[in-house]
Amino acid sequence: MTTLPQKILPQDLAAAASSAGAAPLLDISNLSVSYSSRGERVRMVHEVSLSIRPGEVLAVVGESGSGKTTTAQAVIGLLAENGQIDGGSIRLDGTDIAGWSPKQFESVRGQRIGLIPQDPNNSLNPVKTIGASLSEVLRIHRWGDKRATRARVIELLTRVGIPEPEVRARQYPHELSGGMKQRVLIASAIALQPDLIIADEATSALDVTVQKRILDLLDDLRAESGTALLLVTHDLAVAADRATRVVVMKDGRVQESGRTERVLGSPRADYTRTLLRDAPSFAAGYRTPRSLPGTLSRDLPGAGETESVPEEVPGIRVTHLVQEFARGRRAEPFRAVDEVSFTVPRGTTHALVGESGSGKTTTARAVVGLVRPTTGMIEVAGQDLAALTGEAARRFRKTVQLVYQNPFSSLDPRQSIAQIIGEPLRNYGRTTAAERAAAVADSLDHVALPRVLAGRRPRELSGGQRQRVAIARALILRPEVVVLDEAVSALDVTVQAQILDLLERLQDELGLTYLFISHDLAVVRHLSHTVSVMNRGRVIESGRTADVFGSPREEYTRTLLDAIPGRTPVTAPVTATPTSPHTP
Amino acid sequence: MSYILRRLGQAVIVLLAAFTGSFLLLQALPGDALLIKFENPELGLSPDQIAAIRESYGADIPLPVQFWHALTGFLSGDFGYSVQSGTAVRDLVAEVLPDTLRLAAFGFLAAVFLAVSIAFLSTFPRLAWVRGVLRSLPSLFVSVPVFWLGIVLIQVFSFQLGLIPVINPSPAQELILPVLTLAIPISAPLAQILTRSVDDTLLQPFVAVVRAKGASRTWVLTRNVATNALLPTLTIAGILCGELIAGAVVTETVFGRAGLGRLTEQAVAHQDTPVLQTVVLVSAVVFVVVNLVVDLLYPVLDPRLTRKAGAPA
Amino acid sequence: MTSPLIERTDAAATAGARLRRVQPTLVLAILVLVVVLAWAVAPGFFTPVDPVQGDAAAALQAPSFRHLFGTDATGRDMFSRTVYGAIHSLSGAIIAVTVGLVLGTLIGVLAGSIGGVADDILMRLVDVLLAIPALLLALSIIILLGFGTTNAAFAVGITSVAAFARLVRSEVVRVRHSDYVEAAFGSGGRYLAVLVRHVLPNSLTPVIAYAALHFGTAILAISTLGFLGYGAPPPTPEWGLMIAEGRNYVATSWWLTTLPGLVVVLVVVSANRLSAALASRR
Repeated sequence: MTTLPQKILPQDLAAAASSAGAAPLLDISNLSVSYSSRGERVRMVHEVSLSIRPGEVLAVVGESGSGKTTTAQAVIGLLAENGQIDGGSIRLDGTDIAGWSPKQFESVRGQRIGLIPQDPNNSLNPVKTIGASLSEVLRIHRWGDKRATRARVIELLTRVGIPEPEVRARQYPHELSGGMKQRVLIASAIALQPDLIIADEATSALDVTVQKRILDLLDDLRAESGTALLLVTHDLAVAADRATRVVVMKDGRVQESGRTERVLGSPRADYTRTLLRDAPSFAAGYRTPRSLPGTLSRDLPGAGETESVPEEVPGIRVTHLVQEFARGRRAEPFRAVDEVSFTVPRGTTHALVGESGSGKTTTARAVVGLVRPTTGMIEVAGQDLAALTGEAARRFRKTVQLVYQNPFSSLDPRQSIAQIIGEPLRNYGRTTAAERAAAVADSLDHVALPRVLAGRRPRELSGGQRQRVAIARALILRPEVVVLDEAVSALDVTVQAQILDLLERLQDELGLTYLFISHDLAVVRHLSHTVSVMNRGRVIESGRTADVFGSPREEYTRTLLDAIPGRTPVTAPVTATPTSPHTP
Repeated sequence: MSYILRRLGQAVIVLLAAFTGSFLLLQALPGDALLIKFENPELGLSPDQIAAIRESYGADIPLPVQFWHALTGFLSGDFGYSVQSGTAVRDLVAEVLPDTLRLAAFGFLAAVFLAVSIAFLSTFPRLAWVRGVLRSLPSLFVSVPVFWLGIVLIQVFSFQLGLIPVINPSPAQELILPVLTLAIPISAPLAQILTRSVDDTLLQPFVAVVRAKGASRTWVLTRNVATNALLPTLTIAGILCGELIAGAVVTETVFGRAGLGRLTEQAVAHQDTPVLQTVVLVSAVVFVVVNLVVDLLYPVLDPRLTRKAGAPA
Repeated sequence: MTSPLIERTDAAATAGARLRRVQPTLVLAILVLVVVLAWAVAPGFFTPVDPVQGDAAAALQAPSFRHLFGTDATGRDMFSRTVYGAIHSLSGAIIAVTVGLVLGTLIGVLAGSIGGVADDILMRLVDVLLAIPALLLALSIIILLGFGTTNAAFAVGITSVAAFARLVRSEVVRVRHSDYVEAAFGSGGRYLAVLVRHVLPNSLTPVIAYAALHFGTAILAISTLGFLGYGAPPPTPEWGLMIAEGRNYVATSWWLTTLPGLVVVLVVVSANRLSAALASRR
C-alpha cells in the first residue's frame, strides 16, 4: 500500500484500492507535439510522460511556454489547427486516443473528460443564457428529455453554489461575476460525471479569495464523485495546496515529477529549486527596516512616536482623496476612491493591495496626475498636485513616473529601445544625440540589460526585458517617486523575482520612493515596508507590512491572507503514513 | 430611451445635411451657373428676357425660401419635374421602382446565399485547396467590374452555352443573369466580413469549451458560431442597400432593363438634376433608415448591449 | 557582451528567414503592377501599333500572334489600345487616391486628435458622405463638374474621403488611448511632439494599406464611369469605354470585352493583394 497517493480522502480509498495494481486512468508516454508556423515545424512538447490514477489530483506546473497547456490540449484532442502529435501515446483506460479522429473524440469529451477553461470571462457563449450553455453538454450527449435536462441544470447550479439558480439560468454571462461564471463552467464539466477533469489555469484570472472558494469547491466535488483532476497551473503554491503529485515542466520537457511533498520538500531538478526560490509566497520574511534609510523607523505608522526629529517632507502624502466617475446623466456618480489617506516616507515602498475594483489603480493614477481628484489633496515630494497646471505640471512630471502593468502595450512598437528610453530626455531641454546615447547606455546597465538591445524594437524582446526597458525609461529623468501599477503581475515567477530584485536594488541605490500597486499579497510582502489594504475604494487597514500581514486587525485582511495559496507548509518530511492536510 | 432619441436626432441631422448639401450643389449652384451663361453678352439677350428666364427658374426668390419650398416639397413627396421630359419626378420613379425593387430583392437574397455558403464552407479544414479557393473568392469578386461581369455572363450563358435565350426569355430567365451580376460583387464584402467574424468566433475560448463538451463541428457552427458571427454583418446592412441601388444603375444599363438605375443613368447623361437628386436622396434615406433600424435592433439581438441591472456576486 | 560575430550571424539568419517567407502570389501581384506601370509610362515600348488609327482591312479579327487581343470594328489593335489605356486608369486612380487620402487623413486626424465638438461636426459630415452610395455621389459630382477623365477621377476620390476619414480617426483614437502615448505624456512630452512621434506613425500604417486597396477600387470606379460614358470621350483608349464599345459585338467578337476586362481584374486583384500584404505588416 505504500504506492498509494499521499493525500487520500475517505471516498477515494475504495477506488484507489481497486485500481492500485491496475492501469492508471490516464497514461501519457513519450508524447511529442509540434506546431507549424510559417512553413516550419516547432516542437513544443518533447517526450512527456505522466499518469493519473483514478481519483487522483495531478498538478502540471510550469511557466509560459513550458508546454503544460499543449499537453492538456492533446489529452482532450483540442490542439490548435496547426498543432500535431508527432509521437507517443495517450492511454485513457488503456485505449490509446492519441491518433483518434475528431469524430471519435466527441464521445470522450464531456462524457469521460471534462474541461474547466482558463478565463471564465470568455468561456461562455455571450449570446446564450446560462441555462442553455449548461444544458448543452447534456443535449450533446442526449442525456435525457427536456424536462429532465432542465431539472438537472438547476440541480447542477445549486450544487456548485449558485444562489437563485432558476433566475441565474435565464441570465446571460455578462450579468454574472467571474467567480460565478467559473462555477457555471465547473457545473458543465461535472454534469456527466466524467472520470477526469482538466482544469487549465482555471483560477488564474480570479481574485485570490474567489480562487480559494473555487478550488475548495473543486476539492469537494472531487471527493464526492471520485473524479481524477489534472490541474494545469503556473502557480506552484496552488499545486502544493491541492495536488497529490506534481509534474514540473520547462521548455516542453518534464523536469521532475513525484509526490507533492517530495518534489517541493526535496527537489531534485535545478529548475524546481529555482521555481521554489522565486515563487514569492514561498520566500519567508519581510523587507526589514535594516535596508532602509535611517530616518525611516520614525516615519512608519505606529513606530517610534516618542522620537522628536524635525518633520521631513514625505515622498507621497495623500489626504482624504475622493475620486468619482460620472455614470450617465441621471445616475449617481460612481465613487472609485473614498476618503483615502496615506503617507509614504522618502526612500521607502508603500503598497496598495486589494482585489479588482478596490480603487487601488485609480489612486495610483491620481498620484501620477493622470486623473484629477474630485476632492482631497495629493502631495508628491512636497508639491501639491492641484496647484500645478499647464507647463508647471509638465515640468513636475520629472518628479514622479509610472511603470505600467503590461510592458507589451506601454512601449511604442515602432520605436527602438534607445528611442524609448531616451525620449524623456528629449522632452526636457536640449540634449545632443551623443549625450542621449550615453545616458541610454548607462540606463541599460542600471537595469541589467545588454547594451546591444538599444537598437532593437520592443517586439524582439521578452516580457521581462520589456519591463526592464519601461523601468529604465521611468528612471532616466531621476524621479523621486515611482508608481508601479501591477508592474510584475504579467510576468512569470522567475522573471518576476528578477524584476523585484532589480527594483529593490534601484531603490537602495537611488533612494527612490515607491508606490507599489498589487493584488498579489505575496509579492507585496516581498518589496514593501508599509501597506494599505483597500476594499471598495476605502483603506481598511494600514501599517507596517509585517504588522498588517502578521497580525491583521480586520476580517477582510484575514480573508485575503488566508486565500493566498501555499500557506500550508509543504516541507514536512515525507512519511509513509497517509496525511490529509485538508481534512481537519 | 434617451439613446433612442439621440440616435433618432442624429439620423435626422444627417438627412437634413444631405438634403442641404444636395440642394446647394445640385439646385442652387447650377441655377446660377445657368444664368451666368445667359447673361453672356454674346447671346444678345435683353435684360427683360434674362429677367424672364430668371423667373422661370425661380432664381429671383431668395435662397432660404427656395430651400424651404424644396424641403417641404420633398417631404410631401413632390420631387420637382424632370428637366428633360417635364414629367413629375415622382411619377417617373413610381413607374420604374417595382422593377428595380424586384431585381434588388433577388440580388440581395442571392448575395446573402453566396456569402453564407462561402463563409461556412471555408471553415471546414479538410480539402485545404477547396478552402483556399473559397477564401480567395471574395477578393476576386470585389475586383471584377460589374458591367464587365454582366457582359461576360451574357456571352457565356446566352451566346456560348445558349442556356438563356436572348430573344423572348421568360420572366424568370430574364432575371437570372442581372440578379447574378448584381449579387456577385455585393456578396464579396458580406462574405469577407462573415468569414472574418466566423474565424474570430472560432478562436474565442468559449468555442473550445463547447468542443470540450463533445460537440461536433456542425453543432459548434450552427448553434454557437452562427449567431455570434452573423451579428457583425448587420452593421454593413446600410452600405449594402446603397450598393444595391448603385449596382442597379450599372446592371440595368448593361441588360437594357427599365428601372431606377436606368433612369439615373439617363438623368446624368442629360444633366437632369432633379431626377438625380431624387435618386440620391432616396438612397440616403434608405441608408440612414436601415442603419437606424440596425442600431436600434442590435441591443435586442445581442444581450450584452442591454444594460439590465444584473446582480453581481 | 555578445561579440560582433554572433550579432552578424543573427542578422543574417533573420534576413534569410524573411527571404524564405516571400509569398509567390505577392511577387506575382507586384510584377503585374510593375508591368502595367511600364505600359503607362512607355506604351510605345510594348507595342508599335497606333491605338487610335485602325486598319479597316483587319476589322474584327480574333486574337492571333499579330493581334494579341484581336481587333475591333474599325480594325484597331485591341492590345495596343489596352496598353495605351493604362495611363488613363492609373493616373485617374492616383488622382482619386490622393484626393481621398489627403482630405480623409486631414479630417480624420483633426477629428481624432481634437475631439469634442469638432469631432462631432466632422464625423456628421462624414456620415452624410457615407449615406450616399459611392457611384451616385460620383455621378452627382460629375453632373456638377462635367464629363471627363480628370473630373471622373476627382469624383471617385471624393467618394472615398469618408472611409479614409473614419479609418484615420479610429486609428488616431486607438493610438491616443494606448499606454505608450499616456507614458509619453507622463514623461513630459508636449502635445505636438507626442502627436508627431507616436500617434501619427502608429495610426498611418493601416491607412497606407487602405490606400493600396482603394487604388484597386478607384480603377474599378473610373472604368465604370468610362463604361457609362461619363469619363474620357471616344476614341480615347480608356478601359471602361473600350468594353462599352465592344458590347455591341458581344455575340460575335468576345475578345473585345473579355480581354480588356481581364486586364482590369488582374490589376485590381494585384492592388488588393499588395494592400493585404501591407496590412499584415503591422
